[in-house]
Amino acid sequence: MGYNIVVCAKQVPDTKRITGDAMKEDGTVNRAALPAIFNPEDLNALETALAVRDAHGGTVTVVTMGPPNACEILRDSLCRGADKAILVSDRRAAASDTLATSYILSQAVRKLNADLVFCGRQAIDGDTAQVGPQMAEKLGFTLVTYLEELINVGNDGIRVKRNVGNGWEDVTAKLPALVTVLDTANTPRPYMSKRLMKFKKAKCALELAEGVCPDAMAEKGLLIDMWDLDALECDMQWVGMAGSPTKVNRILSVVLAGGDYEEFEPTEAGAAKLVSELIEEHTIG
Amino acid sequence: MANFFTDNQDMMFLFKHFNLERLATLQEEDFRFHEEFDFAPEDADDARDSYERILKNVGQICGDEIAPTAEESDNVGNILNDDGSVTYTPGIQNAIERLAQAEAMGFTLPYRFGGINCPQLVFSMSNDMVSRADASLMNIYGLQGNADTLNAFASEEIKQEYLPDMAAGNWTSAMVLTEPDAGSDLQAVRCSAYQDENGEWFIHGVKRFITNGCGEVLLCLVRTEPEISDGRGLSLLVCKRGPKVKIRRLENKLGIHASPTCEIFFDHVPAKLVGERQYGLIKYVMSLMNGARIGIASQSIGIGEAAYRVARDYGASREQYGVTIDTFPAVRELLVNSQVDLQAARSLTYYATFNVDIEIACEKKALVAEGDEKKANRKTLRSIGRYNKLLTPMAKYYGSEMSMRVSNDAIAVLGGSGYMKDYASERHMRDARITTIYEGTSQLQVLAAVAGVLSGTCKTVIEDITAKPTRADAWSADTKGFIETIQAKMVELDECVTFIKTKSTAYRDLMARKLVDMGIFLVVGTQFADQAESTVDDEMAATKLKVLKHWMAWRMPEFDSYKAAIFADLDYVNPDFEALAGPLPIIE
Repeated sequence: MGYNIVVCAKQVPDTKRITGDAMKEDGTVNRAALPAIFNPEDLNALETALAVRDAHGGTVTVVTMGPPNACEILRDSLCRGADKAILVSDRRAAASDTLATSYILSQAVRKLNADLVFCGRQAIDGDTAQVGPQMAEKLGFTLVTYLEELINVGNDGIRVKRNVGNGWEDVTAKLPALVTVLDTANTPRPYMSKRLMKFKKAKCALELAEGVCPDAMAEKGLLIDMWDLDALECDMQWVGMAGSPTKVNRILSVVLAGGDYEEFEPTEAGAAKLVSELIEEHTIG
Repeated sequence: MANFFTDNQDMMFLFKHFNLERLATLQEEDFRFHEEFDFAPEDADDARDSYERILKNVGQICGDEIAPTAEESDNVGNILNDDGSVTYTPGIQNAIERLAQAEAMGFTLPYRFGGINCPQLVFSMSNDMVSRADASLMNIYGLQGNADTLNAFASEEIKQEYLPDMAAGNWTSAMVLTEPDAGSDLQAVRCSAYQDENGEWFIHGVKRFITNGCGEVLLCLVRTEPEISDGRGLSLLVCKRGPKVKIRRLENKLGIHASPTCEIFFDHVPAKLVGERQYGLIKYVMSLMNGARIGIASQSIGIGEAAYRVARDYGASREQYGVTIDTFPAVRELLVNSQVDLQAARSLTYYATFNVDIEIACEKKALVAEGDEKKANRKTLRSIGRYNKLLTPMAKYYGSEMSMRVSNDAIAVLGGSGYMKDYASERHMRDARITTIYEGTSQLQVLAAVAGVLSGTCKTVIEDITAKPTRADAWSADTKGFIETIQAKMVELDECVTFIKTKSTAYRDLMARKLVDMGIFLVVGTQFADQAESTVDDEMAATKLKVLKHWMAWRMPEFDSYKAAIFADLDYVNPDFEALAGPLPIIE
């Protein structure tokens, strides 16, 4: 038997290459200054999904929500071996926070009738780690976070070694389940050359050059499916701005200046002074 | 996170500069495969784009996963188990799995066997990167050439049996040639094969110094005609690893520690004949070795690249007397000569490989062409064959000697630190040493290449390149002077050739290295001039003009000194050998 596996992935700005102009004056992220990449832990999620499929059969579908540019990570997924890729794209989804995003993605997973969903632990742009767990809640799936090792998948469900920070838990979860994956879980596989040669040409309808027929692309297996919120039967009160209770008050660009440090003597008195200063500056306490 | 393709501006530039569109059109046989295999390129641009993506993918694996394990692999080496099997180092094992996942283990094999049908030039570039990451791994990866040999000469039945698993990376292979008394002189091979009453072949005997002899597929050069004692008594057989193939020993070597060098005892091992009897050495192994020589040239460049990068980085960060050491002219000269030497070897090797691709395409075409086309093809094949008999040994000789010089000079830049195990430099130097030895020593490469210098092929090659730049209509004012110098030097080289033809064979052999070096200086000079005229990248073209200037300033005085030495007509080496070499050491 095979599993119907869905991987939720996100295209993110490469925050490792952050420079001085990474933030605009209004405090929002200057996406033009940072290359867009596959969120690293989502690649670990994809690798876990592909390994389950390789061992047990089934299909791996990668879903991402974003503008047509986000198809770049879907092509990437197809080149690494994913069977199918879907772009969820709709202007009405703009400004969705983690709650609204998890609602929209959970609708996609529902439509795909998945047995298993893998997500990266968190995305490197927002670092919230909320979308996966919120999706599991909405879908009623068993949630397992922080997968470090996939032990097996079988009749009892999925057995996982999860890293809980100060140790590990060996848990078995009934399917359907949603699992979030850590970057220590595996090394994502490289692109397969032949798939690279083929799926570099895959596009969603909005990326097609004028005159290129989507049906002809679909026939070659090169059309990336696009779903809008209607296709997902979304209730509009839970999406976009309306469905997003998170209100951003202010975003600060914090620039850490070098050399701004103070030394404390390694004595009782020094330690006490350090603690009291940290409390005073609200770093702790 | 390093990518060994995108961080290498010389390789990226040459990738764009060489006429890969032409190679793609030949390799894809006018893009006829696309109908059967939907991933196969539709046109030349599509092919070039795919090649670039494939190289980037391999470059990422090399930078991220292979290079970080090279030191440990060098330290731990391979293990010969009690049951005669060999366990690769964890790094090598992982690398092979990754490259197999990337479908890079059937790099040049046809699509129908699961390969990705790339030109040899693209494969050479991948070899260059793999070797930079871990020179030992390149031996196993580069032995993909064995699959090419089976594809070129074996029966369809053998191809079907072996090639799909080789392309998938499930099976690695070895070229099983060397024996205790048959090294450079393969005509002396004694390991034999015989047929039973059903006509089945069996191999019996011992082979030594076999790189990756523990691989699953063994291409063996064996004596099938016991009554013929020279090379015509040898045939090529293929067999699989099994209980009757016994690895008796792993050699303990100076370098490439993670490449298993095996002594094998074949205990009546069932095998299959590749191609025809008696053509083993004179046709198949010669072809195999030519491919392997290009492979070793690429390996040498990879080692040189790795060694150079450590030195360049160290020179820019190490401070003495209050400044970084790369501000001192003596250190600068080491670095500049190393970089230009490296680029020279890369140019020469890629140029040689480009011509190998054209030769392979002509050979394929010869099987199907008819009439005038057949005639024209035959003519191209003849001249390109001559080119490659010159360029392949030149590339192998120059590349391997370059890797020795560059890795040696890298240690000079690092000084005491370079001598310590703390840096990779000492490993690079140990790894480089073998490149001038295996697949034919430098001395043998020189003998092969000098024939092409004496026959005038070298001159034809230079005339060919100087006729017109690859990517421009004519030589510009910047390069014209250098092209004229090269043409004038070619006349001088011709004079040397004419002179030397009047001398004894011994003198000719003695001067062979000088003649080959002179030819290489000119061929590389034309290559640099051609690159300086490139339109694919203006910044790199401007850099290549500077490289050309330095090359000419560095190498032309050497050219002149070699010419003087040849015309001096002094041979003390042969007549005074006993006196000059000193007495034989007495070993007690």
